[in-house]
Amino acid sequence: MATSIKIRKIAELLEAQVVCGVDLIENEVRYAFASDLMSDVLTLESEHLVLITGLTNMQTVRTAEMADINCIVFVRGKKVTPEMIDVASENNTVLIECKYSMFRTIGMLHDAGVSPVY
Amino acid sequence: MKFSYEVEGGNFAKAGNAASNVKKVLKQLNVDPKIIKRIVVALYEGEVNVVAHAYKGMVLVDIDPSRIHIRIEDEGPGIPDIDLAMQVGYSTASAMVREMGFGAGMGLPNMKRNADVIDISSKVGEGTVVELTTKLTS
Repeated sequence: MATSIKIRKIAELLEAQVVCGVDLIENEVRYAFASDLMSDVLTLESEHLVLITGLTNMQTVRTAEMADINCIVFVRGKKVTPEMIDVASENNTVLIECKYSMFRTIGMLHDAGVSPVY
Repeated sequence: MKFSYEVEGGNFAKAGNAASNVKKVLKQLNVDPKIIKRIVVALYEGEVNVVAHAYKGMVLVDIDPSRIHIRIEDEGPGIPDIDLAMQVGYSTASAMVREMGFGAGMGLPNMKRNADVIDISSKVGEGTVVELTTKLTS
């Protein structure tokens, strides 16, 4: 069984801002997947997953909704839109804005014990 | 239960509306979350296909206690070679579609993987119909 980590801890480690779903940050994730290609994300079967992406549009939030992903970390300082926050809050998805690069973000979460999907 | 949704070609802001609604209905029906995920991933990819390639389309959903039937029909350019379109990695998507996080040639294969039965028919210059049928109990 992969190590669990609270979403709150992820935000702290990455010095990142939780911009949607502050009431859900005590929930835990076990796995991480990093991609800007949403069709790849839609092939995953894992649960308790955090998605790390630089793609900031409505399709990222919709993809998380369909794939039962509870938390998205947007890297490279990307900003989410109010429309994305509306859809994410309706679906209980936590959105986090992170200033670090994707590589650095992934490295830090890997060091913290978050497991890859494959 | 029957539902229908309009899909606008080129309007990425609305792609996923039908899948989002169907997900809520299936949750209320207490369908296994793993089965719901298969159904809505396939439908969502189908909606993205209509938005990405067609001028306009309709999603027609028919749910009975044993199975869901989804018909995604569009007015658009059609698919000249369906076998080729089913190959992972083959894509005719525009740069705009790729910027949206799609267009890597995975839509139809993802739909096939997540449906019990998929049926595709298309006429070049007229449009495409994709029908997905999936059992609601495992």
